[in-house]
Amino acid sequence: MAFGAFATSTTAAEPAARRKSPIALLLLLPGLLYLGLFFLVPLVSLVITSLQQPDPVVFGQYENAFRWENYVTVLQQYWPQTLRAFGYAALATLFALLIGFPLAYFIGITLRRWPLLQALALVLVIAPFFISFLLRTIAWKQLFSDEGPIVGFLQALAILPGDAAITGSAFAVVFGLTYNFIPFMTLPIYTSLERLDLRYVEAGGDLYASPPSTFLRVTLPLAAPGIMAGTLLTFIPAAGDYVNASREFLGSTDTAMIGNVIEANFLVLQNFPAAAALSLVLMAAILILVSVYVKRSGTEDLL
Amino acid sequence: MSMSAVPHSGFAEAGADLELVGITKRFPGFTAIEDLDLRIPAGSFFALLGPSGCGKTTTLRLIAGLEEPTAGRILIGGKDVTATKAFQRPVNTVFQSYALFPHMTIIENVAFGLKRRKMDNADALAHEALRLVELDHVSSRKPSQLSGGQQQRVALARAIVNRPALLLLDEPLGALDLKLRRQMQIELKAIQDTVGLTFLHVTHDQEEAMTMADTVAVMNKGVIEQMGPPQELYELPHTAFVATFLGQSNLMTGHVVSSSGNSMVVDVAGNRVEVPRERAQRHAGEVVVGVRPEKVTLHGSDPARQSGRNLVGPGRITDVSFSGVSTQYEVTSPDFGVFTVFAQNTSISRMHRDGDEVWMSWDVGHTFGLADEPSMVPVNRFDEDTDTSMIATQRREQLEAELEGA
Repeated sequence: MAFGAFATSTTAAEPAARRKSPIALLLLLPGLLYLGLFFLVPLVSLVITSLQQPDPVVFGQYENAFRWENYVTVLQQYWPQTLRAFGYAALATLFALLIGFPLAYFIGITLRRWPLLQALALVLVIAPFFISFLLRTIAWKQLFSDEGPIVGFLQALAILPGDAAITGSAFAVVFGLTYNFIPFMTLPIYTSLERLDLRYVEAGGDLYASPPSTFLRVTLPLAAPGIMAGTLLTFIPAAGDYVNASREFLGSTDTAMIGNVIEANFLVLQNFPAAAALSLVLMAAILILVSVYVKRSGTEDLL
Repeated sequence: MSMSAVPHSGFAEAGADLELVGITKRFPGFTAIEDLDLRIPAGSFFALLGPSGCGKTTTLRLIAGLEEPTAGRILIGGKDVTATKAFQRPVNTVFQSYALFPHMTIIENVAFGLKRRKMDNADALAHEALRLVELDHVSSRKPSQLSGGQQQRVALARAIVNRPALLLLDEPLGALDLKLRRQMQIELKAIQDTVGLTFLHVTHDQEEAMTMADTVAVMNKGVIEQMGPPQELYELPHTAFVATFLGQSNLMTGHVVSSSGNSMVVDVAGNRVEVPRERAQRHAGEVVVGVRPEKVTLHGSDPARQSGRNLVGPGRITDVSFSGVSTQYEVTSPDFGVFTVFAQNTSISRMHRDGDEVWMSWDVGHTFGLADEPSMVPVNRFDEDTDTSMIATQRREQLEAELEGA
C-alpha cells in the first residue's frame, strides 16, 4: 500500500514506459490475479465484517449489516491505543533513523576504501535476520527482566530505584521497535549513500560550505530517497506491530498498541466487527500519513 | 565587464600569488609529488601540463584543500593556507566531472558559493555570471537537462561568480568534442582577461596548454621538468620528456668532440652536429641533442656543407603521409635511426617519395642539447630496431618491384 504511494510518484517521471501491449498485460496477469485474490478480496471481506452486527439469536455470531457505528465505538474505546501506536512508531522511526543513518554513512562512505570491511559490516547489519525476531525480542525481555543484568546494574549504580522494572514500560516497547527495525532503516539509506558521488561533497567544500553545511545541503538531499524508503519501511510495520508491545514480550497492558487491540478482538474477544473496523482505521491512517509525507518531501524531484 | 567593475565585500579584488614551498605528497605505496616548489604570479594563466599520473591533479587538489600535503607549505597571496580546510580557502575549482549538484537548479548551483558566504545579492550576481557564459535562459533547469558543454559553462560560472583569488581548472575541457573545446578555450581565455583572476589550469593536452596559458609547467613523475612561456618551452626544451611530450622531436646521441666559444660540436655516428652553447644543458661527454621536425629541410642529393647549418644523411624515406598543409616524412638511417620531417606543401608537392635517398639539414640555431643522461633516453640511435625497419622497407620495395613486374 505504502509502496503503491511510493511507486506512483516515481513512474510519473517515466511516461515512456507506459505503452499498451498485449504481452505486457499477459505478464501482469499473475500479479493482478495474486493481488485480487489475496489483497482485494480480503479487503472487501474486511470492510463487510467491519459493518456487521451481532446475531440476535446466537451469541458470538455476526450477521451482515451496515452498522457504521462500529467505527465510532472502536475509536471511542481504543483511541489511546491508536494514538499510542502512532506515537511509538514515530519515536521508533526517529531513533532508528538516528542510529541507522550514521551506521549507513559509516558503511557506505567511510568504509568505501575497504570493500571487504564494507561487505563484512553489511553482513553484520543483516545478521540478526538469521534468528527469528520473536526469539530476539524474547532475549531482550530476559535482558531487561527485573532480575536481569541491566536492571541489576542500574540499581547497583542507584540510577534505578530498587523496585523498578524496565519490561512493560513504554521505553522497553519503543526500544524493541527501534531495535527490530534498524536494519530496515539502515539498508535503504546505505544503498543511496553507497552510490553518492563524493565529488559533490568536495564541490560543497570548494564552494565555501563548512562540513555541517555541506552535509545538510548536499549529502542529506542526495540521500533523501534512501531516508524516505527507510522511514516508510520502519514506520508502517511499526505502527501495526503487536509483538513488541504485547505482554508476552516487552510490553504490558499500559503499552498496548492498536495491533494488540486488533489481535485481542480477533482472537480473544472474537469481536470480529470491532477488529475489522480497527484494522481499516489503521490502514486509512497510515495511508493518509504516508501520502502527506510523500507529497511533502517531493520524491518526484529526487533524481 | 561589469562583474569586475563592481567591488564586492569578500571578493578578491584581483588574483593572488600562489606559492608552493617544498610540497611533498605521499600516498600509501607511492609518492605523487616530490619536493615541489612553484610560484604562480597574480593574474597569470598558468598551465600545469603532464601525462596522466604525473601528479598534476594531486597538486591541484592540494591547492584546493581537498588533500593534505605530507610536507611543505602552500601560500595564497602571501598567506599560509596549508592548515586550512577547502571551504576556508579563497580558491574555487572547476572540476573535471563538473560536479554540479544534481538536486539543485542551475541558478541554485551558481549561487551556492555566494549564499554560503552570506552575500545579500547572491541571485543577481549568479544571473550575471550565467549571462557571462550565455546560459541565463536555462537558470531554472536541472543540470541533467543540459548538454556537456552547457554543464561545463555552468561549472565555470559557479566558480568565477565567487571571484576567487585563484581559479583551479581540472581538465575542464576533457569531456568536450573538438569544436566545442576550441570554442571554450577561446571563451576561457577571454573570461580570464575580463575578470583578471589567477588561473591554474591542469591538462594533459599540450595544445590546450600552449594556446591558453602564459606560462606552462611540464610535470612528470611528481616533479616539474621545465617551466616557461609556451614558445620558449617548445623552442628550447631542456629535457627529453619535454622535447617529446610537447610536440615531436628528433633526438640524437653523440660525443662532444669540440667546444669552443659559443658553439659545441657533437659527433652523431660520423655526422657533425653543431649546437649553440647556450642552447645546450650539458657541454661535455655523451650528450643528447635534438631538433624539431618542422625545422628540418630535405635534400634529394648531397648538398654542399654550409656553415651555420647542420647536415645529416644520407637516409632512406620509409614513410610519407600527406596531411594537406604539410607532408610528414619518416627518414630511416642506420646512423641516426628514424628522423621525422614536416615539410610545408609550398612548392612542388611531394618532391620526395617512399624509398628515396635523402639528406637533412637545419639551422644550427634550432638545435637544442638536453640535460638527460644519454643512457636514460630512448633516442633513435642505430640499434636492432632500426635494422628490422630497414629490412621491412627493403622487403616492401622488393614486393613493389615484383608487383610492377607482374
